[in-house]
Amino acid sequence: MKVGLFIPCYINEFYPNVAIATLQLLEKFGAEVTYPLGQSCCGQPMANSGFENASQGCNELITKNFSSFDYIVCPSGSCTLHIKDHLHSEKNESDAKNIRNKIFELTEFLIDVLKVEKLDAKFPYKVGMHQSCHGQRGLKLSQMSELVAAPFSKPLQLLQMVEGIELIELKRTDECCGFGGTFCVAEEAVSVKMGRDRVQDHENNGAQFITGVDMSCLMHLEGILKRKKSNVKVKHIAEILNG
Amino acid sequence: MGNSGKDHAQLADIFNKDEARVDWHDETLWFVRQKRDKAVKAIPEWEQLRETASQIKNNVLSNLDAYLIQFEEQAKKNGAIVHWAADAKEHNEIVHSILAKHSVTKIVKSKSMLTEECHLNPYLKDKGIDVVDTDLGERIVQLADEAPSHIVLPCIHWKKEEIGELFHQHLGTPKGNADPQFLTNAARLHLREKFLTRKVAITGVNFAVAETGEFVVCTNEGNADMGAHLADVHIACMGMEKIIPHRKHLGVFLRLLARSATGQPITTYSSHFKTPRKKQELHIVLVDNGRSVQLGRKDFRNSLKCIRCAACFNTCPVYRRSGGHSYHTAIAGPIGSILAPNLDMKQYADLPFASTLCGSCSNVCPVKIDIHDQLYKWRQVLVKEGHVSIVKKAGINGMAFMLNHPSLLKVIGKTGRWAMRNIPFVVNNKMNPWYKQRDLPDAPKESFNEWYIKNKTKKNEQ
Amino acid sequence: MSSREKILLAVKQARPDFIPLPELIKYDQGYNDLQQQFTKILEGIGGKVYEVNSLEEIFLFANEKFKEAKRIVSTISFVSDRIETIDSKTEPHTLEDIDLAIINAHFAVAENGAVWVTENIIGERVLPFICQHLAVIINQENIIATMQDAYEIIGNNDYGFAAFIAGPSKTADIEQSLVLGAHGPKTMTVFIMK
Repeated sequence: MKVGLFIPCYINEFYPNVAIATLQLLEKFGAEVTYPLGQSCCGQPMANSGFENASQGCNELITKNFSSFDYIVCPSGSCTLHIKDHLHSEKNESDAKNIRNKIFELTEFLIDVLKVEKLDAKFPYKVGMHQSCHGQRGLKLSQMSELVAAPFSKPLQLLQMVEGIELIELKRTDECCGFGGTFCVAEEAVSVKMGRDRVQDHENNGAQFITGVDMSCLMHLEGILKRKKSNVKVKHIAEILNG
Repeated sequence: MGNSGKDHAQLADIFNKDEARVDWHDETLWFVRQKRDKAVKAIPEWEQLRETASQIKNNVLSNLDAYLIQFEEQAKKNGAIVHWAADAKEHNEIVHSILAKHSVTKIVKSKSMLTEECHLNPYLKDKGIDVVDTDLGERIVQLADEAPSHIVLPCIHWKKEEIGELFHQHLGTPKGNADPQFLTNAARLHLREKFLTRKVAITGVNFAVAETGEFVVCTNEGNADMGAHLADVHIACMGMEKIIPHRKHLGVFLRLLARSATGQPITTYSSHFKTPRKKQELHIVLVDNGRSVQLGRKDFRNSLKCIRCAACFNTCPVYRRSGGHSYHTAIAGPIGSILAPNLDMKQYADLPFASTLCGSCSNVCPVKIDIHDQLYKWRQVLVKEGHVSIVKKAGINGMAFMLNHPSLLKVIGKTGRWAMRNIPFVVNNKMNPWYKQRDLPDAPKESFNEWYIKNKTKKNEQ
Repeated sequence: MSSREKILLAVKQARPDFIPLPELIKYDQGYNDLQQQFTKILEGIGGKVYEVNSLEEIFLFANEKFKEAKRIVSTISFVSDRIETIDSKTEPHTLEDIDLAIINAHFAVAENGAVWVTENIIGERVLPFICQHLAVIINQENIIATMQDAYEIIGNNDYGFAAFIAGPSKTADIEQSLVLGAHGPKTMTVFIMK
């Protein structure tokens, strides 16, 4: 199957290993993966700030670069959700519609499309799972604590296939980390306080690593961990699953 | 903006100066969210109940004028006097005119967010009327000359020692006594005297039934009843969207309200008022105040389904860490942030941005308002209407330009990363709001784009 | 144009196309024993529940537990000097000094520990709020499961005033500490008559 790789802008610049791990993981399962070089960003930073029109350029780039794949996979819940909900093209709406139907976040692709049941990966550490909001509540990657409904979690299902991993329990299982896009600087005080509280929850429960499906959340938590000189590190789920 | 010109971000920044207090405020409200979770999980059909309530309210909004006419007709048959107020000013004038007609200058009032929205208390005070708020939380903020910070728990931002000191000053309780039981008892005695002597009681309305003309007032304290059943005149003030079609629908809403609000299966009292007591006058004031405008906004009309439970406040990680006063409006929190811009876009342009769009609010809403989607949509409206700073606009346009030109982006990315590695002070400084309390990520030598070109494009013909 | 006309016109122009009402569906709560469920919930919110066989037992209880009480009233005639019978001809302010009020209720709701009273069964509207302590008598066969069941029983019954009462009055406004006895009664006792 032909898979197009959509890489969030900040992963491209700051966390290329996450993209490399995503690519390698997909290739392990037999996908023919291509990373179109003409991509830039999903447009969320502009759109969430109220400037939907300013993200149209990104929309056109995505539509142009990703129209020929069977699937598009992205190692980010929030970018995937944004494209699913908001991708429109003035030049080629039917291509845009196809992309909206074919784009998947990495863990949902592995579980729902590739139907992965085992992984060749080892990570003998205590790991806290941060449930990024857009992936969880938007893409329904896992059950939400507010609802009276049966529990499930695609990311956890995959992590449980990793040898030696010990998943810790958190006090608040799905509270937002406070990144929120431009919120992280526009409402700096609340954003940092939210991040600090998440970090404290993981530290209190013995996490050695904090993982999740969104590097934006992890980047924000990492910034707080590094500032307080903590030993806890962040690691995107793609890197853990890739072994 | 209200509140000395500061917006939510600035007020939240001030609130966060006292981290221990923020922790206390956050933990207290999270506890209420947890109580809500426990209560709703005891109802196996909870999600279906939400869906039913949501559909009932959808019907109400689509048929509101007919229901209002029906409610008025029934209420009049029951002996109530019905008034219509187009806006807050008219509401206040109507209430005052009733008091003036009866030559009353001392009244009791139980909780009504509608009267907060209309700023009724200061209006009446100006006219020489002494209003005593009888809900304990509201009485506390009233004595402190503050607005409530939460629509269900008005003084959630006050510590018991502070309340003890307040009562010592105003009610003469012993200095240093912060025992909730003792303080509540002091308030009981103090307010009992007001109930027994005042001739006019104002209450809010939780639900108004179009079919029968009755309305329901829910309290835990019994203060609405103590006021209304001892008064010669009962004035019930309601937002016109509080209508529900049939009496039997109360069976749905009364199952949802208290569980969502505080985690109780029902409030202590759910009082159904239909006729005035013998020798009593019963007035009902129906208020628009911007609701018909919101009704016409296709993307935002669902906010009018709100039953004012505040479940969205308790779950909101931003509200818990910024406090109700940071929203500088009568109704704070997530629901307030989608209601207020309708009243005044300029004054409340900051509120839809006081959110990470995490979506928790929409999940706890008993009537399934798509709150987080509306927050996103309000952002688009506010920008289109020009309620955003020139600096922000320039920044966004600059970002968009860069992201629309991938080859330019590559150059800027590489340069930026080089700078971060070699001249970090360029970004690691006080001017960078990210850097204030967080480190920046390490800047790798190679972007993924560059790695891919080097390692993969020999194999893939690109 | 009056405000009434202005508002109705604005609403008519703004409202969306008609959306029909949903059907109300009832779900079995799975309660094995309605009385047990009712008791569990009411006692969890600070009320007390006793099973009794006669009014005599209630009288003895009132006499014993409220020895110090200066004024005990009831809407039911106990034929005793100790308990004063009152009706709807009472002026509300004269009820200010009641220590204990004993009333009947129509039925009780298991899911939330509430009882349903109407104006004609309580005599004076303020009675169940103004007394320091409240006691309510319900018949054992009148315990139902949910609020939806409740409104089926209430149906189109006419009343001037009615209320669900669930436990003693309370507040948690001071730092979320639960205090029983805000403005209404400090205690509530329910007698389930067999």
